[in-house]
Amino acid sequence: MTVQTPVLRLKDIVKTFPGVRALDGVSLSILPGEVHALMGENGAGKSTLMKVLGGIHQPDEGQIIVDEEPVVMAGPLDAKAKGIVFIHQELSLADELSVAENIYLGELPRKRFGLVDWQQLEAKTNAILSKLKVGFDAATRVGDLSIANQQMVEIARALTVDAKAVVFDEPTASLTDAEKVVLFEVIADLQSQGVGIAYISHRMEEIFKITDRISVLRDGQYQGTVNTVDVNEESVTQMMIGRKLDLTRNEQRHEIGEVALEVRDLSCGDLYRDVSFEVRRGEVLGFYGLVGAGRTEIAETLFGLRTPSSGSILIDGEEVRINSPHDAIERRISLVPEDRKAQGLVLGMNCRDNMTLPQIADLKSGPFVAESAELEIFDEYREKLDIRTPGWKQTVGNLSGGNQQKIVIGKWLSMRPDVLIVDEPTRGIDVGSKAEIHNLLRELAAQGYAVIVISSEMPEVLHVADRIVAMYSGQIMRTFTSEEVTEENLISAISGLRLDQAV
Amino acid sequence: MKLEAGKLSKYLTGGAIWGFIVLELVFFSIAGEFFSVSEKAFMDVDNMLLLLKQSAPIGIIAMGMTIVMVNGNIDLSVGAIYAICAIVLLDSMTWTMFAGLGNWVIPVAWCLALLTGVVLGAINGLIVWKTGVDAFIVTLGSMLGYRGLVFMYNGEQPTSHLNWTLVDFAEAQFLGFHTATWFLIVVTAVIWFVMTRTVHGRNAYAIGNNREAAVNAGIRVGPHMMINFMIIGFLAALSAVVFYSESGSVNPNDGQLYELWVITAVVLGGTKLTGGAGSIISTFGGVVAIQLLRKGLSHIGADTSTVNLVIGLILIAVLFLDRQLNVKGKEELNV
Repeated sequence: MTVQTPVLRLKDIVKTFPGVRALDGVSLSILPGEVHALMGENGAGKSTLMKVLGGIHQPDEGQIIVDEEPVVMAGPLDAKAKGIVFIHQELSLADELSVAENIYLGELPRKRFGLVDWQQLEAKTNAILSKLKVGFDAATRVGDLSIANQQMVEIARALTVDAKAVVFDEPTASLTDAEKVVLFEVIADLQSQGVGIAYISHRMEEIFKITDRISVLRDGQYQGTVNTVDVNEESVTQMMIGRKLDLTRNEQRHEIGEVALEVRDLSCGDLYRDVSFEVRRGEVLGFYGLVGAGRTEIAETLFGLRTPSSGSILIDGEEVRINSPHDAIERRISLVPEDRKAQGLVLGMNCRDNMTLPQIADLKSGPFVAESAELEIFDEYREKLDIRTPGWKQTVGNLSGGNQQKIVIGKWLSMRPDVLIVDEPTRGIDVGSKAEIHNLLRELAAQGYAVIVISSEMPEVLHVADRIVAMYSGQIMRTFTSEEVTEENLISAISGLRLDQAV
Repeated sequence: MKLEAGKLSKYLTGGAIWGFIVLELVFFSIAGEFFSVSEKAFMDVDNMLLLLKQSAPIGIIAMGMTIVMVNGNIDLSVGAIYAICAIVLLDSMTWTMFAGLGNWVIPVAWCLALLTGVVLGAINGLIVWKTGVDAFIVTLGSMLGYRGLVFMYNGEQPTSHLNWTLVDFAEAQFLGFHTATWFLIVVTAVIWFVMTRTVHGRNAYAIGNNREAAVNAGIRVGPHMMINFMIIGFLAALSAVVFYSESGSVNPNDGQLYELWVITAVVLGGTKLTGGAGSIISTFGGVVAIQLLRKGLSHIGADTSTVNLVIGLILIAVLFLDRQLNVKGKEELNV
């Protein structure tokens, strides 16, 4: 193999913030036509590195070299002009505008008098869209597109310049498996055009599927670059966290108790139909299916956020109506929601106040909140869940994703629920914390909680659940015990194949 | 690192209002030496006590506005509620059915006025809760509607009634502070306790910061917001009660633009329009700062229009400064 010239090289980058060396001599080179994974736990310095690359931060030391030329990135626009484009995890699109307007936002082609040249705009946009092989056109309103297609719009926007390197930051976080396949095709296509790809993700499967090389950061320090074919999940994880990790299927079984919650023929409009299942104390019930299969909506119904159109919910054998989260909490049902930042946490509040939020009304001494009782609860769960924070006064928004999730879980555990529903427990969380949260969920079941885990990640449900409910398009296709389930029959179930049709 | 930068900006923005007050005091004391027509120094004790008294009508309402704004709402109808309650206070003392009560008519009239405030606030709150329409729109409507009621009551005529016992009470000074000042101090203290120590206060911050998370924590957001509108209605009424006990005459235009003065004071004190953050003590600072500015400018001979111009400019300057400090702290992107 000939030695290729990297399209992009970062050399000995150092970036310090007062008190912290966020990046400590990080080097990285991206070759044309390679997919280069950048891995590391949350807080390892990946985002800082990308901000340096994007010109949002200036490095204290070190060089950025594009095509053998040292450059200074003055800002995001400058980076783009130099051929470095970013596809961010969080989309930044204007919903009300068309695809074409979004793609060329700020640089719409113009005619005389500054009027927009709509014809040229549409032609240019459709040319890019056809390259991406997407099923929508330039005139579509962005708000009408699925998340995956919106991401395609972001990618299309990146392709308006002659990109030398494209940085993908957790691009698959909100995509379904089918949508991922399309994304990977687009990446492969870019690759064949000689574009260098930097790929940031926590998901090992993807990393091993599409990347050529892996660079690892830990605590702001460069741990090295390896060829993907030479390593396995275990060794990469070890590089990231500096220790070994147990990722096998958990075979530990314990006493399964009484039925805590039963659902009979529950329906909610078009969202889901005739859903029946039960969950027992001491058991983890997994819900697996594609995004939009109705899993989250069932959880929301059980938590009183949606009113079912028919069917019944039984708690300890007694039929109940749950009209609001307040009712659900009284019935000892708790929900750790899908999007912890938007639905689970008050980001501007401190750790303690977030944790005790649902129960402060019960923690009163006279008219006032009993802060000492609050602190006791916080300290108890901080220790139990190993929440790493400088102290209870820390604003929750400043914690890492894993610790934020533990605050949400701690919040609900401290309510001592009978049924704990956890929706996407490890979304956007690094591997180390992920394993901790999985073990925690197992442990909770062992302590006699009835736990429902909703997940889009197959290894996750396989790892934590005793039984797995497979959903497709609002219906339960099959419920598997952990002995019956295999990756194959689970996939066919959630793809809508009945058992008899499945291979 | 970031933490320190954030802390610094928090300290500066939190303390900014007090720094601003000191600046005003120094400026007007010095400028007063050259421009003032009066012989007295600006920082004269009587002058300062009077300043606190004059801060009371806006200040009492501002405490309620802080809760409502922390909650993520706003109430534009406070000026109109203020006027209606003033009319109820003064007019009810002349009603024939209370004729035999003697001076006992005073507590009755007070209660009626306060009750009116609570009811009008409850109407606002109920509409916001049940319809889900933005509080800005709802209270914009009720601001016009309630003001309409004021004019329907007595046309363009003022409503007047002087009760000398009441005037004596309102003009009394206890430990140097006027009655109105005491009301302001007590209201500030009570609301401060509510916001920092009680479940209600904690929930107010939570709802303002992330409403969805608050709902998910089992907080009944609708009733909570309604209570806040009742509190601000009560405080608008209390403000009217305190002020009109002394003045004894309401014009139908009284209280107009009060909502804007109140919001200005609250915002100067650092409460975010988007909700979730704000402090009662800083609102108190904002109230005093505005009153100082009004008083100070007139002390050096500026007329009312100049005062308004200066306050407007200062409001924008302060918010710009606040934003600059916050942008630095959080490393937000430039827009």
